[in-house]
Amino acid sequence: MTPDTAFVAPVIEWAYLVPVLVVLGAGVIGVLVEAFVPDRARRPVQIVLGLGALLGGLAAVVVLWGDERVQGLPNEVPGVRILGGSMVVDPFALAVQGIVLLLAVLGLLVVADRTSTGQDAFAPTAAAVPGTPYEDLARRRGVQQTEVYPLVLFAVGGMMIFPATGNLLVMFVALEVLSLPLYVLSAMARRRRLLSQEASFKYFLLGAFASALFIFGVALLYGYAGSVDLARIFEALVSGTSPFGPPGAMVLTGLFLVLAGLLFKIGAVPFHAWTPDVYQGAPTPITGFMAACTKAAAFGALLRVLYVVGSGLPQEQLDHVLVGLWVVAIATMVVGTVVGVVQTDIKRLLAYSSIAHAGFLLVGVIGFNALSIRATVFYLLAYGLATIGAFAVVTLVRERAPRREPVAVAVGTAGAADAGSTAGAGSTAGVEGAPESDVVLGEATHLVEWAGLGKRSPWLAGAFSLFLLSMAGIPLTAGFIGKFTAFQAAIGGGGWMWVLVVIGVLTSAVAVFFYVRIIVLMFFTPGGRPEATGDEPDGGLAPGVTVVRSQGFTTVALVLCVVGVVALGVFPSPVLDLALEAVKFRP
Amino acid sequence: MLSSAIGPTEIVVATDVVPPGLQLAPLLVLLPLVGAAILLLAGRRSDRWGAWFGVATSAGAFAVAVAVVVTMLGLPAEERVVDHRLFDWISAGGLDVAVGMRIDPLSMTFVLLVTFVGTLIHVYAVAYMAHDQDRRRFFAYLNLFVAAMLILVLADSFLLLFVGWEGVGLASYLLIGFWNHRRDYAVAAKKAFVMNRIGDLGLIAALMLMFATFGAVDFATVFEQAPAADVALLTATGLALLVAACGKSAQFPLQAWLGDAMAGPTPVSALIHAATMVTAGVYLVVRSAPIFEGAPTAQLVVVIVGGVTLLFGAIVGCAKDDIKKALAASTMSQIGYMILAAGLGPIGYAFAIFHLVTHGFFKAGMFLGAGSVMHGMGDEVNMRRFGALRTSMKVTWITFGLGWLAILGVPPFSGFWSKDKIIEAAFVPVDGEPWRAWVFGGVALLGAGITAFYMSRLFFMTFHGERRWNDGSGDEHGRGPRDGVVQHPHESPRLMTVPMIVLAVGSVALGGLLAFGDGFVHWLEPVTGHAAHEDPVLPVWLIITLTLVLVALGVLLAWRRYVTTRVPVAVPRGSVLTRAARRDLYQDDVNEAVVMRPGQYLTRSLVYADRQMVDGGWMGLAGLVGSIGERVRGMQNGFVRSYAAIMLAGLLVVIAVVLALSGGADATDALTGPTS
Repeated sequence: MTPDTAFVAPVIEWAYLVPVLVVLGAGVIGVLVEAFVPDRARRPVQIVLGLGALLGGLAAVVVLWGDERVQGLPNEVPGVRILGGSMVVDPFALAVQGIVLLLAVLGLLVVADRTSTGQDAFAPTAAAVPGTPYEDLARRRGVQQTEVYPLVLFAVGGMMIFPATGNLLVMFVALEVLSLPLYVLSAMARRRRLLSQEASFKYFLLGAFASALFIFGVALLYGYAGSVDLARIFEALVSGTSPFGPPGAMVLTGLFLVLAGLLFKIGAVPFHAWTPDVYQGAPTPITGFMAACTKAAAFGALLRVLYVVGSGLPQEQLDHVLVGLWVVAIATMVVGTVVGVVQTDIKRLLAYSSIAHAGFLLVGVIGFNALSIRATVFYLLAYGLATIGAFAVVTLVRERAPRREPVAVAVGTAGAADAGSTAGAGSTAGVEGAPESDVVLGEATHLVEWAGLGKRSPWLAGAFSLFLLSMAGIPLTAGFIGKFTAFQAAIGGGGWMWVLVVIGVLTSAVAVFFYVRIIVLMFFTPGGRPEATGDEPDGGLAPGVTVVRSQGFTTVALVLCVVGVVALGVFPSPVLDLALEAVKFRP
Repeated sequence: MLSSAIGPTEIVVATDVVPPGLQLAPLLVLLPLVGAAILLLAGRRSDRWGAWFGVATSAGAFAVAVAVVVTMLGLPAEERVVDHRLFDWISAGGLDVAVGMRIDPLSMTFVLLVTFVGTLIHVYAVAYMAHDQDRRRFFAYLNLFVAAMLILVLADSFLLLFVGWEGVGLASYLLIGFWNHRRDYAVAAKKAFVMNRIGDLGLIAALMLMFATFGAVDFATVFEQAPAADVALLTATGLALLVAACGKSAQFPLQAWLGDAMAGPTPVSALIHAATMVTAGVYLVVRSAPIFEGAPTAQLVVVIVGGVTLLFGAIVGCAKDDIKKALAASTMSQIGYMILAAGLGPIGYAFAIFHLVTHGFFKAGMFLGAGSVMHGMGDEVNMRRFGALRTSMKVTWITFGLGWLAILGVPPFSGFWSKDKIIEAAFVPVDGEPWRAWVFGGVALLGAGITAFYMSRLFFMTFHGERRWNDGSGDEHGRGPRDGVVQHPHESPRLMTVPMIVLAVGSVALGGLLAFGDGFVHWLEPVTGHAAHEDPVLPVWLIITLTLVLVALGVLLAWRRYVTTRVPVAVPRGSVLTRAARRDLYQDDVNEAVVMRPGQYLTRSLVYADRQMVDGGWMGLAGLVGSIGERVRGMQNGFVRSYAAIMLAGLLVVIAVVLALSGGADATDALTGPTS
């Protein structure tokens, strides 16, 4: 007999935690690198470390995928519970982790690219108050903020734990682990810093609000079931042994509060309001990373909570929960597409597109069957590839201004000093047609500035068009298969699900409008206006716009995204089969 | 021939075993196809060698064809029908189609005709098109045509045949409109294209019917199952095939495009619109014999269409003053003979193909002659401005004259052997319907007489009579030559006359050669089957005599009207019939009134409806979405407090909905705590 007070060391199966440990460990090492590696060597070391960790994690995920305990021994539930469910390593968790890691690799490549201007997307010293001499000094000294890399790794670590935990408290911790670095990263844009900081602050406040809702929901569920372990909650729901009797309003309210915290990260209406502002303000590479990876991780967590708790509920109540999600899904699709139609800023437009996609994903989720999980996993991959690719393209289309024109050329506080430090870089950019003396500034995000891109950079515009077509769900792209499987899964849910699918299809049709509008703009609208005085347009682009060349990282990411989008669109079967394996998960 | 030794051959079922010599067959299509691709892709770089390269690929295909036929002649008749399966093409659900070649006497007859005449015309075109800037493109199209035509006749399924069918249609369109900088030529090309589409619809309908009836579209399966199929379905299929044949072969009522197709360069008219492509309809009907055999009604319609067209073309031919259009009308009429023969069943198949071959030679020869005349006369086509050209263009005159004798059916020239057989076959009585023999026999006989008249008219107006062109001597007989245009008719270069001579030799001798011992009929027997000899309602000698008498009358009439009488250069008003015939018996007017104008009204009203209702509705919807978007956008005001409020309000609404559904009692529980 062991006395209650005696400490029993828990048995931890470290092997199953390798993917998470590799990434988080590399993050910690990255912090040490910041402290001890000389200034010049930091960036290469961080890039190697970051990419190495992510690829290593991915390799570990692949190895674990083949593990027989993960896939399930005969007569046993698949998956391994570690520390009483704090981590649940099952095929589903591994699939989501794999997607997060894969997308993070692509995202990190875009983050690492400094383009032909020699500058990355991040402020030299994020701590400097915008517009102060200190900031100016830091820029002149060529300081760089390589903390970005460990921050990304921490966020990825959190995203990997998020869908792989069966414990609501651990999930909450993971939520914070992934959120806090993102808040910081959002504030670090090199240009339009006030916008960036404002976005970050909004994100933080609303994120805190959502976390509060989440933890309140956890409290209610704990109150009902006496545990924060999803497996226990499930048992309590099924057995009805709770002092509160059979599951009722308390459970439903708790569940929805928890879901609210997750839906916030997903960007579903009505928890979406931060999305356009943050997507616009954050440094574009971070926007791409966060749009793709956060959504993948959050949907993983959402599926786990919803499906475990949902299967514990009586059928009638489950239906009511799903009706609640119906409302959310419809609102999300409608708001995402309808408001997306009137956007004029490319980053905000992609933000609304991302909201709409959250709605389409929810349609698949609400199907509440095995195919839903497969569809969601596939859709997340398809969506993530197109999103990272699209934002990567955005990083390359820039505004420019004549060299002598002083300061703050409508580009925000960073303008003047940038002009000083990058004059040489601007002219060595090898931008054909752009006057030598011009300075490359921030991203050209207004839609008008994208006119004529197809003529100036057909490959870039072609890739962007492909991503947009994939988002629109045009056949032969990954997006089509994703949407198709999602709607197919929804129909599989039976009942009135077809109504939801019809709304999904209709809103998809509306969404096609704003995707195709950009394609038309890029290829069929001349950008160069002859009457614009004194400013020669760059190869058919609008005056004051140019395209910078990638250092190579973004190009690699773009190529991978293009290949992925086409491959998943033309030969989806192998990945769909893999995604079907991910259906196995244990509470 | 072998077959005569072992008696009449029955229709042979295709074998899949391909004898070694026949494995060359894919080259037949590949050579001209690759030639076309190279010429089109090489662009201006091939300007210098392009023309002769085109000749070479066509000649190469002919050499392969000879090799294949020689191999085939070495095989016993029962082994001459071969299906050479190349690769799987479409495998979709119940439909499996392979790309393969049906190599048999019928297809090889066509292959020889197409490649031989085609090569000659390629050679002719080298000289004829010598001064054209784009002649490389011209030869590319000619190659493309040869390849497509060979696909058409070598296909082993109706679907692959359809590919060739469309291919020749495309080549025909491109070549009619070759000089598309002239608007009327471009319009002519479009007209041919559109009318051919109607025929193509027929073929598509036939394909669908076959797939629905037999579950397959390859010859082997369809022909095997056809005898057991429902007569109504076979009739429908047969009629659909007939529509296709009418479109491609310019048969009534889809014949209106052929005259306009003469806008193309003359070698094109000779090759495509006289010798080969326009006979594809005959090929289709003969090839589909097992379907028509089971559908007597469809066969009757085929015969009627053939009869009507042969008279129609002949009458139109009498009134045309444009030498090429007169020849085109004659082509239409001659194909009418072939279609008529093909509709008669087994007794007619072999003669239809026989006439097709001889016609291919003499008509191509005459077209080349017409081209030669135009070449010498500065592209003049109006016969009223010709006359007495026999002195200045001897070779053209003689070769054309031999073709003229052949088409008249004067023994022993080619046309006699083939056309006379068709007239005899038309007189063969059909059980239970004695009227048929008299009507169709009579029509065929009458057609021969009219043919003699209009072909003699053409020949005399061009080469005989008085000179009606201005040679600059001032002696114009006061007949109003073209103002200021002085013409110096001269013989064409050797490159043009040699093909004409070769074709003229064919016009003289080919018929007798092939008819010797019924050799050609026996050659085709593995495909068409052996037809028991049946006696016509009139004795054969009487039919021949009647035909020749009518022909002689026709020639005599033409001689009196166009040689011994002056031919006015200005077009006389003419009788009602003449005026009608000049306008193609008002075919275009009928088409325009019945089809074109209503069609235009329909499309205009559809466009209007589309703009107003569909587009309007859609644009309205888009506007609605946009305005809703603008409103909702207002909620995105940038203030965190309102964002948080939206979140909270939204969440409360959702939870309220869920709880309301779950019942009010539960909701109060949640507020009051445990019930126990």
